[in-house]
Parts: sequence; C-alpha cells; structure tokens
Amino acid sequence: MSINLELPKKLHVTIDQAHQAAAEIFRPISRKYDLREHDYPVELDTLASLYDGLAETGQAGAGADGGRSQKKAKPEGEGAVVNGGNMQSVLNVMETSWGDVGLMLSIPYQGLGNSAIAAVATDEQLERFGKVWAAMAITEPSFGSDSAAVSTTATLDGDEYVINGEKIFVTAGSRATHIVVWATVDKSLGRAAIKSFVVPRDHPGVEVVRLEHKLGIRVSDTAVIRFDNCRIPKDNLLGSPEVDTKKGFGGVMQTFDNTRPLVAGMAVGVARAALEELRRVLDEAGIEVDYDRPAADQHAAAAEFIRMESDFEAAYLLTMRAAWMADNKQPNSTEASMSKAKAGRVVNDITNKVVELLGTFGYSERLLVEKWARDAKILDIFEGTQQIQNLIIARRVLNKSSAELK
Amino acid sequence: MTTHTEPRDTSAVGRNPHPRNFIGTAMRVLTTVTGSEFAEKYKIREPINRVAYQATKTGFQTLGAANRAFKAVQGGSGEAKRLTTAPKDYFNLTPDDEQQMIAETVKEFAVEILRPAAHDADENAAAPEDLVKRSAELGITMINVPEEFEGAASERGVVTNALVAEAMAYGDMGLAIPLLAPSGVATTLTNFGTDEQQRTYLPDFAGENVPQSAVVVAEPKPLFDAFDLSTKATRVPSGYRLNGVKSFVPAAGSSELFVVGAQLDGKPALFIVESDTKGLIVEADPGMGVRAAGMGRLLLQDVAVPESALLAGDADAAHAAYRDVVRLSRLGWSALAAGTGRAVLDYVIPYVNEREAFGEPISNRQAVAFMVANMATELDSIRLVTLRGAARAEQGLSFAREAALARKLTIDKGLQIGLDGIQLLGGHGFTKEHPVERWYRDLRGAGIGEGIVVL
Repeated sequence: MSINLELPKKLHVTIDQAHQAAAEIFRPISRKYDLREHDYPVELDTLASLYDGLAETGQAGAGADGGRSQKKAKPEGEGAVVNGGNMQSVLNVMETSWGDVGLMLSIPYQGLGNSAIAAVATDEQLERFGKVWAAMAITEPSFGSDSAAVSTTATLDGDEYVINGEKIFVTAGSRATHIVVWATVDKSLGRAAIKSFVVPRDHPGVEVVRLEHKLGIRVSDTAVIRFDNCRIPKDNLLGSPEVDTKKGFGGVMQTFDNTRPLVAGMAVGVARAALEELRRVLDEAGIEVDYDRPAADQHAAAAEFIRMESDFEAAYLLTMRAAWMADNKQPNSTEASMSKAKAGRVVNDITNKVVELLGTFGYSERLLVEKWARDAKILDIFEGTQQIQNLIIARRVLNKSSAELK
Repeated sequence: MTTHTEPRDTSAVGRNPHPRNFIGTAMRVLTTVTGSEFAEKYKIREPINRVAYQATKTGFQTLGAANRAFKAVQGGSGEAKRLTTAPKDYFNLTPDDEQQMIAETVKEFAVEILRPAAHDADENAAAPEDLVKRSAELGITMINVPEEFEGAASERGVVTNALVAEAMAYGDMGLAIPLLAPSGVATTLTNFGTDEQQRTYLPDFAGENVPQSAVVVAEPKPLFDAFDLSTKATRVPSGYRLNGVKSFVPAAGSSELFVVGAQLDGKPALFIVESDTKGLIVEADPGMGVRAAGMGRLLLQDVAVPESALLAGDADAAHAAYRDVVRLSRLGWSALAAGTGRAVLDYVIPYVNEREAFGEPISNRQAVAFMVANMATELDSIRLVTLRGAARAEQGLSFAREAALARKLTIDKGLQIGLDGIQLLGGHGFTKEHPVERWYRDLRGAGIGEGIVVL
C-alpha cells in the first residue's frame, strides 16, 4: 500500500455524522451557553440518546475511548494498514469542536477519563467501567505541568484504597459519573508510585467544592474536587498495582499519547471554524483567495488566509499522523506532542487573526469568532502546554533525559 | 483536456460544506424543543430523549548546446500515452516497497556522491560533469517514461517523484536540480504531450544518455506571477514566435531541450524549444544559492517554433497542462525543501549535543532545545502537506490548494529551518566550514523556484 493522505470512505461517514450534531445542535446553542456559564446544556442529553441509538445500530463513531471498546476488524494479512478507532475519535473530536469545543468537552460518556480507562484498564475493568462518564483529575493546587508532583494519596486499607487530597481543573468534574484520579500509593517511591483510580463521583468522601469561572469553554464545567477519606475497592486501581521503580511513570503517562492527538483535533476543529468564517467574509467582500498566484501578490487578507490555511493543513496532517500511528501500533509520543504543539499555537494564531481581520464586527458577541479566540487559549494549555510539548519533542529528537534537558 | 485533475478544489477549507441530512434535521428539531422553556415547564424533555434514542439507531553568454538531433516522429496513432493511478481507500504514510527501495537508493547516492561534491560545486557554480552520467544509472528519469517508449512507468508516480526529490536534496539541493530537471521534462511530456511530442522526445529520456533539459517557467521580474507571463508567444503562419527572458534555467549552458512558458492569447502555455533554435541565447545567472545548478537565463528573440511545439496540442489543453505543471513543480520545490531541511536538522542535532557552553552541552538549555523541536515539527509540516498534494495529484484529485499551502510552508518554515540551523551553530554557522549556510541559501531559493522539478 503506497502513501495516501486522503481518508477512506468509512471515515467520511464518521465525519458527516459528527458534523450533523456540530452544525445542528452545537452551533445554535453555542452562544447561549457561553453566556450562561455553568448551566447544564440539556440538549446534550438528546445527543447522548441519539448516540446510544446509533451505537446500537453500529453507526456511531468511536468516542474518546479511541475505539478500544469496539471490536476492530483485524488487518488483512501482513503489512495491512489500519484506519481505526484513534483516527475515528480524532475526526469526531475535530468535527464536534468545529461546532463548539466547550460542548464537545461536555458530551456525556466521552470524557478524557474514558480515554485513560481505554488506555490502561484491564479487560475486566473495561467491562466494569466501559459504560461510565469519566472525568480526569490530575492537577492539584500546588502543581500543573509537573505531573510527578502528585500529593493526593491512596492508602491501602484491607480491600480498599483510602484517597485523600484536592484536585483542580477537573473537566466535566461535576457532571461526570466517575472521576479518574491520579494519586500516589507511596510518596517516598516517587513517580513510579503514581497510579490512577476510578472513583464514582457520588461516592462518600467526594465533594465538588466549586466550579471555575473562565475565559473560554464556559459551558464546560471545570471543577475543584476534594477527596476526604474516600474509600474505594482496590480493584478500582487502573493497570498494575505494583510499584515498578524501573518502569516508572510510563504507565500513567501513556494515556497522553492517546489524548494529545485528541486535544490537537479540538484545536484543528476550532481553527477550521474560524477559517471558514473568514472565507465567508472574504467572499462577501469580493476578495478572492487564489491558490495559483503567489500569496504575496494578493490582497493582504487573502495572503493571510493562505498563510493560516498552510499552518492549519500542517496541524491537521500532524494530528492525523499521530492517530494513524496509534491505530497501527507504532510508538507515537513525539508525533503526538508535535501535533499538540503545532495545533495549539495554530488555533490561537488563526482565531485571533480572524478577530483582527473582522474588526469590531468579529469582536462582537453577534458572531462566534471572539468566542473561538477565547476558547482557543485553553487548547494550548491543557493536556500539556506548548512548552511541555516542546520539551517532550526536544528530548526525543535530541535523545536527552529529563535530567539533562530540564 | 489532457489533464485528469478535478477542476475544483475539493479539499479547500470553507469551500466544501456538509449539507444537512435527515439526522441533522432531526437533531435540530429535537434539541430546539429539548432546550426550550416549554419542555422545561411541561417536563417533556425525558420523553423526547427517549424518542431520540428510538428514532435513530551557471559568466558566459552562448548559443544553446546541441549534441543531438531530435527527429520529429509523425504518423503515430494520434493517441498519447497517459499514466493513471487508481484512487486509494486508506490513509497511509508508509511508502510501498518500490517507493521505499527507490528512495533509499537515491538517498545513498545523495549522501555518498552529491554531499561530498556540494561545497566545490557551490563555489564553482557548476555541477561536476560526470555526475549527470552517474545519476542516469539511477534511472530517476526513466521511471517517468511509459513502458511503450522503453521507460519503466506503468502508473503515475507523483509521490515517488516527491520522495526522489527529497532524497536528492538531502545530499545537495543545488546538484539535485539539474539531475532532476530531465525527469521533470519526461513527466511533463508523459502527462501532457501529444502523441507526436511523446514519440519525438520521450525515447531519449528512457535511455542512458538522457538529454539535459528543463521545464522553464520563471522570469526575472519582481512580484513574478507564473500565471501572468511577460514572455509572449505570437502566432505566425509556420507556428509560433517566442520573445522574452526566462530565468532559473538549470545547467543552462549544456541543455539540449527546453519546455518554455510563454503567454499565448492572454493565457500561459508551454512550448518545446530545442536549444539550437535560432534566436535562443543562454546567459549565466548565478544567484544566492542553488549555485551548483548552474542557473542561467534564456533570452528568446524571435525564436520560431513549429505549430507542433505547443505542449498538449491546442490552446485550451495547453493552458490546463501549464496549470498542472506549475502546481506539480511547486510540490517539487517543497519536496526539495523537505530534503534540505532534514539535512539541516540531522547536522544540527549532533552539533548542539556536543558543543559545550557554561560547562554543559548547549542542547541542555531550552532556548536551544526548543528551536530544534520547532525545526523538527515544521519540517514534518512541510513534508506531510507536500505528500498529501503529491498523493492527490497522483489520483487525479484537485491539488492546487495543497501545492499553494506546501509552497507557503516552504517559504515560511523552510527558510526558518535554514536560519535557525545557522543560528544554532553561532559564528561557525556563518562560515563555509559548515554546510549549513549553503543549505540556508538553498532553502531561500526553494520558496521562489518555479518549474524544473515537475513531479
């Protein structure tokens, strides 16, 4: 099979379907919930029901679980190429984020915690937690990027772990049914002792302290959650309970190889929304974007369009590559980080340039352009900031340890 | 029309909306009701959600070189040979075995033959003479000549040509250009030439003594637009008369054949011009970079060519062919940039890891490491967009957009990779002790070049 960067027909079906929800459900209510921060978007229940219906007929695209819960068709023969669950998830996310990235983050049963479960759960755990809506709780008040600094503890007491600590920036933390919590089983053993635990949100000892007021993705609930002697069955620890100081952090970190392309996909979706709006406005103004003429010879706005579209295209293809590698069982840490780094900076450049080009018209709440610019900022921060992605890429490319390149 | 490319950009952002389908319509109606105060008031939200569930499941001036005579061959079938490639139904970034083998062989040649010759060739602004012969052994031209003319092509290989250009430029972009130029002419004749044009010229491109030749598009004019040429073709009883000045002509002094862009009836078209044609003068025009290419100008003064010189036969087909040739060459320049960009990155990595400052390798510092990270990421940006364009062209899909975007990335990011490469070597990067300053000059050229590397 030779090189081809077009998508197969079956993935176009996924895109088209996700687009319907993005265009017909998300866009019409996008401003409504931006203005009503913390109101629950009831329309999403309808969407969740629709998805359930589609899933039952086998028409649904894979969610944040990267398609692990679906029975994938085995590659036919040696050297066969898989275009599977990871690509499907990324495309789904791109399309729904084109609609509204805050709403996309609020779709029931498609939380980032679900990706974590899909990445590291045993089959038995997948059985138990396959049908939950799982939020992800990593960050604490005392650390952000330094995920190894987890201070939330999980102490084994009989058949139960007792969890104590405070988590912040938990996306969908108040709406999800479950929370995947990062906690240390032995602080003296360092990062190798950090494990993830599935905790039902309504469990005794789990308290949603407050919701954040934010710059963007205002429809998405960002919770502060406190765990106070929260006791959960020891089987709720995801992956192996053994503390392997040689293997270290790898277990929980591998989640990011799956989730970073998803966040890159969100950025690609929002960037495309803004570019399409710019295209519409340029058309109306009679400004033609000519791909054959040199960009520098055209109207400045058209030249900017071509510059931004080139970055957009690069972000899109870097993202598809990371997902394609995951589908084909190729190690993709570097490529996942490249996609996230590129898409994160591109979406901020594009959305803000479109606001600039549209002037007070784009700055107004009458359009969604200013909202996309506000929403974009988080996409260059969460799931690993631009700087963290560059650190990862640099260490890989330069073959350096985290002790050498800090 | 001799081009099989779709007339419209089917991949452009904001040009290909999804129509609302029945599911979308149902979604809009249902959520309008679900989110309404009415539904809240009468507690009908849950029943609606259940309904939703149920309802959906080269300083010289000379005359052109002439070492051979191309005999016009007439009386063929009239049907030109065309290559096609079937559409593919899987996203895939792994080259197939043939692509892999060709790319590896060319890369080996690039590293062992081109790279060691690059410094002196740049200094002399000319490629060593034996190089052309050695590259002919590689067969990079004959892979674009159909089997009917003793070539090796059975289907279009735009991606393979991109991989070849990338691998050659990894060795040296300046040397790669004159070596790839005949391949660009072969590709152009194969995809757009008439039966007579193919029969007259193509067999020579399949042999061991491939004629030095090039597709010439560029003109020495500020704000040059390839689609609005100053070189003019005027109709005369015997055919056409060409007047104008062309630039960026590789191995200009030794070329035997040119495919030259000129404006015909207000639209650009390509004309096949043999180098010994009266009125054609070549002039050296070395530049900032890609000096090994032996770049020159073509001065066309009342150059008379026969009617059969118009590529593709009639004016409309000629214009369509011109469009695709320019686009394909832009992808070619981007592929060259990807190769040279990779050379920069591969050179810079060990340098920053070994060079010490303040008691440790400079790569231990984020200010240095992050530049390398960005170079790696943006190099992949150029490469992926170029490959997408090549793959689309190969399958007959529109690719003007991808060609423009790959070119923009080459202009912006390609140049940055060159500049950052020098910066990371500090003062050493500014000297000719290291190849990086040459690579930067070449990368500056890749975003400007037109024609020649027709994939």
